[in-house]
Formats: sequence, C-alpha cells, structure tokens
Amino acid sequence: MTGRALLHRLGQMLFVLWVVTTLLFFLFRLMPGSPLAAYIDTSMTPEQQAILMHQFGLDRPLHEQYVLYLVNLLHGSLGYSFIYKEPVGSLLLAALPNTLLLTLSSLLIAYAFGILAGAFLAARRGTWIEAVSLPFVLASRALPEFWLGMVLLAIFSFAFGWFPAGGATSPGASFPNAWARFTSVDFLHHLVLPALTLAIFLQGLPLLLMRSNMLEVMQEEFVVMSRIKGLSEWTIIIRHAARNALLPVATALALGIGSSIGGNVVVESVFSWPGLGRRLVEAVSASDYPLAQGAFLMIATAQVVMNCVADLVYATLDPRVGQR
Amino acid sequence: MSDVVVIGSLGRQARDPWFMTGVSIYLAFLAVALFADVIAPNQPKDILFLADGRLANALKPSLAFPLGTTTSGCDIFSQLVHGARSALMVGTSAAVVVVSVGTLIGLFAGYFGGWLDAVLMRLADIVLGLPLLPSVIVLAAFLGPNTWNVVLAISVLLWPNSARIIRAQVMSLRERAYIEAARAAGSSHLSILFRHIAPSILPLALLFGSIAVGWAILTEASVSFLGFADPDTTTWGFMLQDAYVSQALSRGLFNWFVPPGICIVLLVSAGFFISRGYEQLLFPRLRDQGRG
Repeated sequence: MTGRALLHRLGQMLFVLWVVTTLLFFLFRLMPGSPLAAYIDTSMTPEQQAILMHQFGLDRPLHEQYVLYLVNLLHGSLGYSFIYKEPVGSLLLAALPNTLLLTLSSLLIAYAFGILAGAFLAARRGTWIEAVSLPFVLASRALPEFWLGMVLLAIFSFAFGWFPAGGATSPGASFPNAWARFTSVDFLHHLVLPALTLAIFLQGLPLLLMRSNMLEVMQEEFVVMSRIKGLSEWTIIIRHAARNALLPVATALALGIGSSIGGNVVVESVFSWPGLGRRLVEAVSASDYPLAQGAFLMIATAQVVMNCVADLVYATLDPRVGQR
Repeated sequence: MSDVVVIGSLGRQARDPWFMTGVSIYLAFLAVALFADVIAPNQPKDILFLADGRLANALKPSLAFPLGTTTSGCDIFSQLVHGARSALMVGTSAAVVVVSVGTLIGLFAGYFGGWLDAVLMRLADIVLGLPLLPSVIVLAAFLGPNTWNVVLAISVLLWPNSARIIRAQVMSLRERAYIEAARAAGSSHLSILFRHIAPSILPLALLFGSIAVGWAILTEASVSFLGFADPDTTTWGFMLQDAYVSQALSRGLFNWFVPPGICIVLLVSAGFFISRGYEQLLFPRLRDQGRG
C-alpha cells in the first residue's frame, strides 16, 4: 500500500468516526424526556434542578453543547455518569480490559480451532465426515449467543457446579494489582464459560472460510505441480495450500475483533461479565445518557479502527491489492 | 428471458438437499404461524389455574401442558407457537426492507457511478462502522419499545451489506454486450436498469434475503432478551428473558428455556441452508469443482 493510499484510508476512518460521534450526540439529545430524569430527585426544588442543568451544560443552545462535547471528547473527557456519579471515562476504562480479555481469548480459541478444522474438512471433501459436520457448523452460526450461554450455565454451573454462575471474580476477592487479577485462577475460572460460548459461535466463520479457500487453492497450478512432483498430500496441504488460504482468514480476524467487541453485549449480560457491553445495556435501560454515549462510542471506535486495520492487513499480505 | 433463467435454476435447486431442507423448515414454521390460534391450546400470556384452583406454575411437561408451564403460570407450548408468528413477521419484514433498499441503492450506485456512487458508498461505510447490536439497542430505546421499531433499526443497519455486493455485480453487468445493445437501441436508463439488469441480480438479492431473515431474527431475539422489546408481544427472545430472570437456569427448568432456542436455531439455519443452495447458482465454479 502506498503512503497516499494509507493516508486516504486513515482519513476515511477519521471521517466515519466523526460522523458516528455526531449522530450519537444528536440521537441522545433528541431522546424523549429530560436527559436528567434519572438523576433528578423528585424532592428537588426547581431551583436545584436548574443548578444541575447548568452544571451539566444542558441549559445552553444545542450547537454550543455540541461544540463543548467535541472539545471535551478531544481532551478525553466523556462526562459524568448520572447513576454512578463518577467520570464516564474511568468507569469505561475499568470495564475495557474485561471486554478485551473475553473477546481476544474467545477469538483465539475460535480461530485456532476453525483454521485447523476447516483445513481438515477441505481435505476430507465428499466423505461422510463432511456430510455430518457441515450442517452442525452452519447451525452453530445460527445459535443465539445468549441462549447458548444460558444452556452452558444451566449445565456446567448450576447442574454440575464446575464453574461460577457469573461475574469476573468471586465476591470479596481482592488482588494487589490488575496483572495479579487477570492472571489469577479465580478470574480464569470465571472466564471459561463466557469465552467458550463466544468461541462456539465464532468458530464457524474461520472454519467455512478456511475450507472454501483451501478447496479453491487446491485447484491451482502450483498445488497440481507439487502433486506431480510426488509430494505427500499432507505436505502439500500444510506447506503450500494452507499458507495461501490463510489470507482471507486473517482479514476476517481483524474484522472479527472489532465486531465481537460490540457483539459481546448479550454474552456479557448473561454471565454478568463486567465489560463495556454490559455497561451499555445498563446505561440505556437507566437512561444514563453520558455513560451510554461513552460506552457506545468506545465500542464503535473499536469497530471502525479494526475495519481499517483489516483493510491494511489485506493490503500488506496480498501484494496485488497495493499495486492497483 | 431472464425469468426463464431464474425458474430453471429453481427447478435445479429443488434437487439440492440443503435447499429442500431449508424450504421445508420455512414451510413448517409458516404453517405453525398461520394456524397459531388453532394449534396453541391457551393464550400465550394467560395465567392458568389447575382444577383445584391452585396456580399452574412451573409444571413439568404433561398432556395438558406439552412443554410445562412458566413460573408465573403460562403455557410454554402456546408461547412457543405464538413466538413463531412474531419471529416470521420480524424476519421477513426486515429482510424485505433490507433487500429492497440494498438492491435499489446497489442498482443506482453501480449503474450511474460518479458522485451518486461516491455519496451512497460513503454512507454505506458509515453504517458499516456502527456496531450492529449496540446500535439496534440504542435506536430501539430511542424510538420506543415496539417490534416495528426493532425491524426499522435492523433494516437501517443491514442494508449496506447487500448494497455493496449488488453494486459490484451491477458494475460488471453494465459493460456486457446485451446492455450495450439495449442502450444503442435507445432504451432509457430506467428501462435498462429494471428490465435488463434487475432480473439478473434477482438471485443474488434472494440469497441476501434468506440470510437477512436469520440476522433479523437473531438480532430481535437478542434485543428482546436484553429487555428492550415490545412488552405486549410474545417472542422467543421474550420467553428466554422471562426464563432467565425467573431463575429457570438454577432450577433446571430445561423444558422452558431449551425449546425457544432450538426454534431460533432451526429457523435461522433454514435461511443459511437455502443460501447455500444458491451459492452454487451464484458461483457455478464451486459446483464444477465438486465434480472434478
């Protein structure tokens, strides 16, 4: 990819981010009811309410509020949560690592399994193994993630008692620092079921992609050539075909990181996982606009940035794209 | 001419087991949805009592209640049957909107190109940057908890996927000889678009339709599960939310929360099975490889 093309793509990313930010601002300002409804106590006098409106800048004209919002955003300030009465930024930063760890660990499992199983199924094309497993793979893409989570919870947590029923750590558990928390047995024990739920849902895409790419690559001349040279079938599959079939899977992974951060919303809710998605749902139900806005913006930014990364990965790995 | 192609391809699809499985599942659910009032022994949200006057809550499956009852005394089987109706309504209406909007935008952007294409595709980029489920939640909360608002929100977010694919297809069709011939013969742009190009992209649009039905049903179920749906309609997502908050998981009431999930999986996979059948129609190379 040339420097010009790179700049163009980055410019496009910033443009999309700005539009999303603006849409979000006006959407939340246009919501029915006072944005302070959740915050204002019925016992407050009109004067007290007016002071609050002033504190939050809600008594100014809409365009001034918008400029203020953008300026604050550029300074990294996302406002104060109505229900927690804490800065939105610090609430979200506390939730972000939980979401990232859940997303990345489930994607790791899903892609490692999907790539291997996809290559294996391509090699077994036309056999009974393919006939039996493909309907299951397609059905796994049709699973509602939250329902899968409910079934796993009912079996492995409530019936067998092997895993905790929710949360990221046991109640009352304390850790000297974040690193100790995320590497503790307790945290990992809580991570298993939600990560497994997401991984089962996510493995279908890399599996199907890998399988169809392998089938395509196996028809190409260099593979036919290796076969004529007398190389063993597995050598051809692993050394030659798989490497070429991986490119679209890598692009899908980059896109997957972005979209599953937002898609985690339901799984986080089922497992009471303290991540960004759960914060968003909580905030929208409680009309906590600053928190909802901040959580949404963080999730959307992750997706827009990862869309851009996916394009760059594709351009870097496939030289044909860059030359156009 | 193009009608013959589509009908001929449907005849060929009829021999494909994937396609037939998908269509059979759709037809079965359609029958259940149409005759829901006859099939369901009770109203989905009626609180039922036993002959001795006790509340019929959390009953195990029996002849009277084939799937048992909920903890508040509703008949699970009746809820499931009525859920099929809302799932099909949400799925098909969202798919129809997504595919028509996507096809129209794809047709115009691909055929006319230039600034129109640039504007429409930048718009598509913006929508594709929005996270699907969080956006639907925020929109549904903004528009109010109503099933049609959820359908609208889903449609607003899903059209760019189909528009992009259809645009690419139209751009390649635009240069074909028969289109050039029509243009030379003096056909207007609109006539070329809708007489000559639109019929050839119909299979592609149908493929997207069957996938979009699934996405819409899954998204609606998730939104209902998170509690942002219409409180007056019975959907599978509502049933699952009801079960979840009523502690059905810890009480091991599998008869309550397993059936709605299985219905969702069946209905959504049916769309995937059908589009798999069309995949061979759209990309004939795949089938040739299978033979080789």
